[in-house]
Amino acid sequence: MSGLRFTPDHEWLRAEADGTATLGITHYAQEQLGDVVFVELPEPGRRFAAGDELAVIESVKAAGDVKAPAAGDVVAVNGALAAAPELLNKDPMGEGWMVRIRLADAGALAAMMDQAAYDQLIAGL
Amino acid sequence: MSTTNCPQEVGLRRSAVHALTIELGARTVPFAGFDLPVQFPAGIKHEHLHTRAHAALFDISHMGQIQVIGTDAPRLLEDLVPGDIAGLVPMQQRYTLFTNDIGGVIDDLMVTRMPDGLWLVVNGACRDSDLSYLRERIGAQCDVRMHSDRALLALQGPTASRALSALCPEARTLAFMHGGEFDLLGTRVLIHRCGYTGEDGFEISVPDSQAERVARALLAQEGVAPAGLGARDSLRLEAGLCLYGSDLDTRTTPVEAGLNWTIAAKYRNDGAERARFPGAAIILGQLKDPNVRHRVGMRPDGQAPVRAGTPILDATGAAIGHITSGGYGPSVSAPIAMGYVEAHCAQPGSTLQAEVRGRTRTLHVCALPFVPHRYYASTSNRSGRQ
Repeated sequence: MSGLRFTPDHEWLRAEADGTATLGITHYAQEQLGDVVFVELPEPGRRFAAGDELAVIESVKAAGDVKAPAAGDVVAVNGALAAAPELLNKDPMGEGWMVRIRLADAGALAAMMDQAAYDQLIAGL
Repeated sequence: MSTTNCPQEVGLRRSAVHALTIELGARTVPFAGFDLPVQFPAGIKHEHLHTRAHAALFDISHMGQIQVIGTDAPRLLEDLVPGDIAGLVPMQQRYTLFTNDIGGVIDDLMVTRMPDGLWLVVNGACRDSDLSYLRERIGAQCDVRMHSDRALLALQGPTASRALSALCPEARTLAFMHGGEFDLLGTRVLIHRCGYTGEDGFEISVPDSQAERVARALLAQEGVAPAGLGARDSLRLEAGLCLYGSDLDTRTTPVEAGLNWTIAAKYRNDGAERARFPGAAIILGQLKDPNVRHRVGMRPDGQAPVRAGTPILDATGAAIGHITSGGYGPSVSAPIAMGYVEAHCAQPGSTLQAEVRGRTRTLHVCALPFVPHRYYASTSNRSGRQ
């Protein structure tokens, strides 16, 4: 779990061996959203700036957007979510991963919250 | 991931079963001045599907329960609503609307003819204004009382009758849109066979002091699960029923809303001069106007819901209305929506468009409801909400 990083918007990022990072939403986020019925993912190759909308998640209850935590570009997306958006509820940190990205500044990841800091954030909510 | 957190708001009212809903793990939201359960741990989708397959118990105590005492009450209420109230037989219930001078809707409500007057159930967000309005308009001739000391529990679903019968065998004899006073666990309760999910079901009015005991007993019946406002909303949308404040408001007429059936026959057929309810001339005039805008059902292509507030465009891209209710229908496994469009676009089969996040989505106008109503022995559609 030591490789995991978190954002205040309840996204998780995991550094991969090839220098990319996998991004998804946390268990807390999926719980807040409720039953996910649709996920809109970006095109691979898309370049994004920090704060850009990376993806949209629609639940029975509401729509939520996934914001880019830092600048970079999209390397791959989880195509399985098109047919099975409920993976975001069932396994948000595994099979429910959303996008693989390459951050412009590889050091950006290290500056994000680690598991302990994120757990503390959740505990205060 | 941006999520909305509702900080604990101060001053929110709690229903008599609030503690029980918290015990059951409900997530609550502020609604109509109450702290109400939006969902339980099972989740909205599960609660919705459970209601259609079995039975669910909803706390709808935020709704206003108003008693109007007076022998003239039915006739007097006809000054305020387009429905036939004087024609109700004892303990018969009817869905009707408070209208305003421009033909808009102040609130939608249920009215029952009681032995000594009327029993009204109004929307939570309108309860105080409805009470003032009633007192102002008919308070001199009737005694108008708000029963804030009563809870209202909705038991909805195909097995609701079986579950309620176990505690109150007489209730299963109730006809759709009729009420009665019954003994339930030693308490006098007012039960109606009605609801807002499109399923068979009951609404049980019970004194606050006995509400938790009654709710626990109902939840203990086989197949009964708790459900929240989230499922209530997706169920009523699939059933094509209007949500006041979204699909109905002070600038929307009953005719535009497709609620012509709520207008008494005695006014529709050359009886317009007898109608005394506010906005009668406008509303009855619209019955003969083929060009009034219409509430329609729509199915968006794809799986993404098209939410309330989204503008609706015709084939040329011209704005012709907007979505008033939009979400995902768990029983139809697809996004569904309702909204108002100009008459020439309102026929089922018409194709419309909506722009969602910069992308054009196709909307197919379709007949309502999205899921067929399964009311108890509803051989006549006299009182079905459609």
